[in-house]
Formats: sequence, C-alpha cells, structure tokens
Amino acid sequence: MALTTPRITTEIVTAESLGKKADVRGAVFKAVLQIALFLTILILAVLIYQMVTGGWSVLSTRLGDFLTSPTSALPQRAGIAQALKGTFWLGIIVVLVAFPIGIGAGIYLEEYDHNGRLINFVDINIRNLAGVPSVVYGILGLAVFAKFLSGFTGGNTIIAGGLTLAVLVMPIVIITTMEAVRAVPDAIREGGFGVGATRWEIIRHFVLPYAAPGIITGTILSLARAIGEAAPLLLVGAIAKPGGNPGLFDLSQLRESFTAMPVLITDWSAEAKEGFVASTAAAIVVMLIIVLIANGSAIMLRNRYENKRNG
Amino acid sequence: MSDDTALSKPVDLEVASAPVVEPDPAPSVFELDDLHVSYGDFLAVKGVDLDIRKHEITAFIGPSGCGKTTVLRCFNRMNDLIPTARVEGSLRYHGVDLYAPGVDAVEVRRRIGMVFQKPNPFPKSIYDNIAFGPRIAGVKAGLDDVVEEALRRAALWDEVKDRLKSSAMGMSGGQQQRLCIARAIATNPEVVLMDEPCSALDPIATARIEDLMQELKHDYTIIIVTHNMQQASRVSDRTAFFVTEVNDESDTRTGLLVEYDLTEKIFSNPSDERTENYVTGRFG
Repeated sequence: MALTTPRITTEIVTAESLGKKADVRGAVFKAVLQIALFLTILILAVLIYQMVTGGWSVLSTRLGDFLTSPTSALPQRAGIAQALKGTFWLGIIVVLVAFPIGIGAGIYLEEYDHNGRLINFVDINIRNLAGVPSVVYGILGLAVFAKFLSGFTGGNTIIAGGLTLAVLVMPIVIITTMEAVRAVPDAIREGGFGVGATRWEIIRHFVLPYAAPGIITGTILSLARAIGEAAPLLLVGAIAKPGGNPGLFDLSQLRESFTAMPVLITDWSAEAKEGFVASTAAAIVVMLIIVLIANGSAIMLRNRYENKRNG
Repeated sequence: MSDDTALSKPVDLEVASAPVVEPDPAPSVFELDDLHVSYGDFLAVKGVDLDIRKHEITAFIGPSGCGKTTVLRCFNRMNDLIPTARVEGSLRYHGVDLYAPGVDAVEVRRRIGMVFQKPNPFPKSIYDNIAFGPRIAGVKAGLDDVVEEALRRAALWDEVKDRLKSSAMGMSGGQQQRLCIARAIATNPEVVLMDEPCSALDPIATARIEDLMQELKHDYTIIIVTHNMQQASRVSDRTAFFVTEVNDESDTRTGLLVEYDLTEKIFSNPSDERTENYVTGRFG
C-alpha cells in the first residue's frame, strides 16, 4: 500500500482524541504485574505471620532468657546466645576479609585494568564463582581453612567458618564494586585528568565518593547473605551445641567449636521434642530481624551518601 | 570569496584582495611534525604538520570524523587514556617532544588545560571545582584568591560569589561551561584546549564564551575545535581545515589536514579547493 498524505480536519482530530479506544492489552499487562507483586508480598506476609505466631509462646514469655541462654536439650531452657555470638563474629570476619579484598579487586579491575586482557578472563570467572552453590564453598572451606590451615584457624572454628563465608561472598562484593565504579561518568574522570590529577587522585576524590552508595549497598546485602548461610558452615564443622558460652567480646571463642543462627535453626527444626517447634520459629524471627536491620542500614547508608553526592 | 559574507567588513575587503601577509609571527608553542594517530589498526589521522603560536586562538574545523578532536587530545596526552591509541611523528611543546619516554602526562596536563564538549563540573561545590586542580598541585595558602581570580577571568565571579559553597550541578549549562574554563585556568596553564565548548550551549551563552576567549587570549594560548564555521571565523586567528579520506583497501576513514593558515585567508582566499568548498558551504 502506498503512503498517502491524510487530509486532516478539525472534525477528525476531535473524533480521534475523544473516541480513545480502551487499551485492553495494556490493562491486562498491568494487572498481571500487580498480581505478581501481590503474590510476592502475600507469601512473605504468610511466612512472617506463621513464624511470629509459632514462636509467640517463646517470644512473649522468655525473650530475654531466650537471647542470653546457651542451647539446651530442654526446649523450655534452650536459648540462642551462642548462635548469636557465632553469627556476630562470622559477620565481623566477613567484613574484615571479604570487603577490603573484594572492593580492592573490583576497583583495580575497573580502573586500572579496564579493557585489559586480564579483566575479561577474571570477569567471566568471578561471575561464574558468584553462581557456585554454597555447599561447594563449604567443601573448599573444610579442605583449606579447617584442615590445611588448621594451624592458623584452629580447625573447625569461627575463623575457618568466617573465612569460608568471606570467600563465598567475595565474588558478589567484587561484582557490585565493579558495577558501582563503572557507573561513574567518564566525563568526571576526564575533567579530573584535564586538570592534572593522577589516577589515584581521581579514584580518591571522584570515583570512590560517587561509587560509595552502590558499593556499600552491595556489600551489606552480601553480608546479609553470608550470615544466612547454613550449608557451608555445616561442612566446615559448625555444631549445634558447642560447649561453652563465653562473653560476646571474648576473643578466645574465635578458635573454639562454634554454632551460628542458621546452623542452630537447621538443628532445632530437626529436633523430635515438640517444644522446639516454638523455639525454631522464635529463632527464625530473630534471624529475620537481623537481616532486616542489615538491609535497612544498607538502604539508609545509601540514601545518606547519595544525598551527600548530589548535594 | 564574495564581499557579501557577514565576516567581511569594508576594511577587510582590501586585505582580502591583496595576499594576506603576516606582519610578525608570534613564537611557536607547539610544533607538530608528520603526526599520525591510530586506534589499534585504525588510522584516525595522518600527516599533520602545523605550528601553534603563542597567545593566538587556533581553530580546528572540518566535517565529522576528520580527526580534529583526536589531534586536540594529543596536545595534553588525553589520548593516553584510550589503551589502543598510538601517536607517531612528533609533537613538540617548546621544543620538547611530549611523547618522548619519561615525559609525565600528568605534568603535561597541568600546563595544558582542557575544556570539554559537554560541561563536566565535578559533583562538588563551585569552590571545590576550582580549588581541586591547585590543591592536587600542592597549593595550600591563598586558595581563596586563586578561586576568585579564576572565576573573575572566566567572567563568572559576580554570578557565583555569594554561593561558592553550593553545588556546581545546580548551575545553568553556560555557567557550568564557564566554570569548567575557570577550573582549567586555575592550575595556571599556558595553553587551554577547547573541544567544541559551545556545542551544548544556547546562542547567548555561546556569545559569552566567545567574548571570554578574546579576553583569555591575552594570557593564554587557545586551541579550539568547532563545528561552527562562523565561530571559527569570529574568534580565531588561525584556522586548520581537516577532511576525511576513505581508504582504498578497507572501508575506514582517515582524517588529514588540508590547509592551515591565518583565519582571514582560510575564509577569504583559501589555496585549496576543498577548503573553499567547505567554508562557502558547498559541502560538509
């Protein structure tokens, strides 16, 4: 069909703009998206509701005791103190090991080796590593940190577990750092080079402040993932019922047998005694709150840095 | 060239008819000798020979892809940032080959400032934008005076003196570009490179930048790349005209310098036919 120039009159324009056809497909598409969102929230709400009601008998009657007591064979006396401390120290080790190394590697790959031969090779491998099941990291941790480096880690200890989790999330930290650094506009770098700045000065004054929100968010989310992992810790040798219950900042526990929140939850959920059902649910609620705090602080820090950056 | 163009004032007519002779050429700042630039296997510009003279404004004109920006970015070694870029031939700055081993590109960029096509202020305050260059160069005392002086020279001081601490991102495009000029001159460069500095600006902001360039040329040597021939004829003392040439073997295009002369001569009595066709609007 040949194209013709339509003859447009006021009548045609009026008729077209008033008689707008209903956009059925668009409405259906939007409805599908809304249902998807609704289902997501519904599943989450049901999960939280079940856990809170299931654990309510524990949370409402003996919350303080539950948080400060060591685990026990008796459900009415069992607490999560050791698991909380284990998770706390695992998190600290991840922060101290995975964050500096991962952020450093990410900045190097983006800023110094950009378009280099190394970056493509390493980039593909890191992305693959991020998709490796966590159990595999558990085996690695068992072989390397718990056995081979047992002189340093002390065997099946918090240090071995923390290093395993650090290795587990390092690819994620590297990737989020690279993406945040890549998002820094080249025009800013050029402006810096134009006035005689070195690569380091540009990273220090422009790249890091600009990329900070993205780096912080990504790393804290990866931390939340790390402390939620049970499988690698079980392989490295976390046990549900370690002997002692030392103070939170007693560093000697780093080289002792240990437990952690997800390990304890896994163990309790398999307990035969009926009283542990409520304890398990209560522990899950505590775990959810910890993850919520981590994610919430990630969002808060991001907003703060973004305001600073754009201010 | 007929006498009906806007740039020919009655006085110029006589000059245009007589051969343009240079009374007393200023000393050279840059000497380019058979400069070739390539990106990987792709030859972007070949065989550029020209001298840039002190306290003059030199304009690079030509169609898109003719390599004028590529050549401009050689002057302060900005092409170093592209890993595949290679520069051959010689580019001497006061007799020193800028591409000789041992020359520090960072030092070069302190002496040879640059203003980019799109205004690119740092996401910092107006004050910090100007102070950044001097600070990293080690200036500690008297930064306030440096900032004020740079902003005054860039004709921006009166507009921003009450909001030096506010973000540069809140300024208009024209103000941002003048801020970038102030930022470039704050490091006390000898040369200022400008890569189509007005292409993102409206005519009023463009006129302000052009006026500013006339002021600045008393203190600095300016090289400007422009798409706008009127701008080249209005502001520059000398003009270099580049074209692209399609290579026979591969389907790539290489830029080359056709003619380099006093702006007056390029626009009134060019010696190359291609230049004449371009400046009279018959191609490009």
